Amino acid sequence: MHLHKYEKIWLTFGIGSLILFLTVIGIGAFYKGSQPPSHLATIDPQNVEAHEAFREENLGLRKVGDNEYIVSVVASAFNYDLGKDEEGNAIREIRIPVGSTVLFQVTTKDVIHGFEIAGTNVNMMVEPGYINSLETVMDKPGTYTLICNEYCGSGHHFMATKVEVFEP
Amino acid sequence: MIKNSVALNKLDSKLVMAHMYVAFISLFIGGLMGLLQTLVRSGTLVLPFGISYYQLLTVHGVILALVLTTFFIIGFQFALMSKTVGMSDKQRDSAWFGFWIMLFGTVTTAITILLGKANVLYTFYAPLKAYPTFYIGLALVVVGSWIGCFTNFRQLYVWKKKHPGEKSPLLAFMVVINMLLWFIATLGVAATVIIQLIPWSLGMVDTVNVLVSRTLFWYFGHPLVYFWLLPAYMAWYAIIPKIIGGKIFSDSLARLAFVLFLMFSIPVGFHHQLTEPGIDPVWKFIQVVLTFMVIIPSLLTAFSMFATFEVTGRSKGYTGLFGWLKGLPWKDVRFFAPMVGMITFIPAGTGGIINASNQMNQVVHNTIWVTGHFHLTVGTTVILTFFGISYWLIPSLTGRKLTKKINTLGMIQTIVWAFGMSIMSGSMHIAGLLGAPRRSSYSTYGGSEQATEWIGYQIAQAIGGSILFIGIILMVYIFFYMVFAAPKGQEEFPIAEVSEDAEPTPKFLENWKLWIGITVALILFAYTIPFLDIIHHSPPGSPGFDKIIR
Repeated sequence: MHLHKYEKIWLTFGIGSLILFLTVIGIGAFYKGSQPPSHLATIDPQNVEAHEAFREENLGLRKVGDNEYIVSVVASAFNYDLGKDEEGNAIREIRIPVGSTVLFQVTTKDVIHGFEIAGTNVNMMVEPGYINSLETVMDKPGTYTLICNEYCGSGHHFMATKVEVFEP
Repeated sequence: MIKNSVALNKLDSKLVMAHMYVAFISLFIGGLMGLLQTLVRSGTLVLPFGISYYQLLTVHGVILALVLTTFFIIGFQFALMSKTVGMSDKQRDSAWFGFWIMLFGTVTTAITILLGKANVLYTFYAPLKAYPTFYIGLALVVVGSWIGCFTNFRQLYVWKKKHPGEKSPLLAFMVVINMLLWFIATLGVAATVIIQLIPWSLGMVDTVNVLVSRTLFWYFGHPLVYFWLLPAYMAWYAIIPKIIGGKIFSDSLARLAFVLFLMFSIPVGFHHQLTEPGIDPVWKFIQVVLTFMVIIPSLLTAFSMFATFEVTGRSKGYTGLFGWLKGLPWKDVRFFAPMVGMITFIPAGTGGIINASNQMNQVVHNTIWVTGHFHLTVGTTVILTFFGISYWLIPSLTGRKLTKKINTLGMIQTIVWAFGMSIMSGSMHIAGLLGAPRRSSYSTYGGSEQATEWIGYQIAQAIGGSILFIGIILMVYIFFYMVFAAPKGQEEFPIAEVSEDAEPTPKFLENWKLWIGITVALILFAYTIPFLDIIHHSPPGSPGFDKIIR
């Protein structure tokens, strides 16, 4: 098939940029290890408490090392369960010292939810039957909002929690 | 009295017009819902009578993304087929049969949504559970559209039998590609709706496999957007050259672009599921690479379009590096509306590249950026081209004229649309980058500072949305004026010829077995292993949730 000379130049430039672009993304994903959240572990959605990470005492923020934390969350319509404080009240806020490495691990008891800390790259889907996880360094102090960004029912827009990244 | 003179025979015109009525009534209802949504989100309106925001959103999505598009496209494609390869009485009967099934399905689904029993949005992600008639209605729309598919296939087949050795008319070739794409893609959504969701919502099974259902949905969800886009491309490639007084730059490049769209728009659904658990990231990346292959036919199209414009402009005696732009009929709405759509595709396509960029998707996933994106692609590029088609299609079918007054009103409509959309989509894009979620009613998120920042942009969206609604009223008025009130006469059904300078079209471009074979092979390559993985590592299923959507 005949191609016009200018069209050849245009397509060579276009396809060339495409290859370069995909190479950059590929290096990011496979060499630098920056893959989208794709945790493969499964869980029984009707019995999430049976999993160690989501037992009531393990919910919310846990320190696991110097500057290293795990945040385990059970999402359900229309709430993020972060466990209870010493007085037995539900914890409504996550407070993380700036510069910590945080592993978020999340599952849901009912429908699909989103898990997005607005203003950061923490953004993943939470689906029944699966645990999703994402590790990040919280390196900017400030008050963030953790919101559900996948429609989960009539109260979807009330599903949110405060995340405080503070200077210790 | 001037006799009505129609471009197609009366019976075919009636068939096409039936589809158009549904499309434009849907435009009005869906647009009204859109307006109300932007007002709710700006915090200025509280819905009366206990109507839920999510009910409006479900109506908006279903009626615009599924009903308006499908009816307009199938109707337009019947017009093209009737014009280029003809339609027998039997074929027309089956087309009508498909139409009535689709309409019956639409009404069934609409009633379910209006009764508040299906606030599940147009993506109906399980385990949110709607009343069974919601899914049954949708399944009927798909089944009805399949009858349209096979009618179109039959039309071309019969024409080929009568014209042995001849290449098929370009527009008929394009229609058949688009319907092949639609048929192969809808097999996925039909599978999840018929095999998984209907029995589950009827209570015949207790649980549903959520990830399998989503994967089948997105196997369909991405080619769906190409099903919307390709009819616009038909107009760009084969109709606009005629309107501007030029010729088709190259018949073979146009066909090649369509073939590439068929191959690369289906094996790519994972790029809508990039941040999901349970799918191996290697397969996500493979599908991202396949996704980006559609950039090649898009570049081919951009080149062909601007080549046609330049050649035509120069042939009219305009010179200079950009002087030929003056040779284009900017005051002809049949050109102007699709041209504005075409220009919009530059930022729209760029946004699409960002969305599909593997890890970069995390920045924008499920934020209102995405909503801003598809209001540019389908909500501007595609719909303005559809409006551009309507300005000649409707009068040519009803035996009336596109008057000067309507031409001017159409120009105003296009400008109003582009202006309103720039404000609405622009503020959606910015708010999305700041983290504002899509598909969410008005909320201050417990007085969060970030949410306060978003509300300013939501007010801007309401302003843009209100301007767009004026555009919708104008368009619906224009439609009904062209149907019932415009002066009688003959309006041209413009179909362009191929340029004399274009090389002859090679035979292999019409080797259907080859293209379908490659398409199926690519789908099997991209989906077999990850899909079997998903089934093999399935968690216990999910029961349905229908109380939380009330």
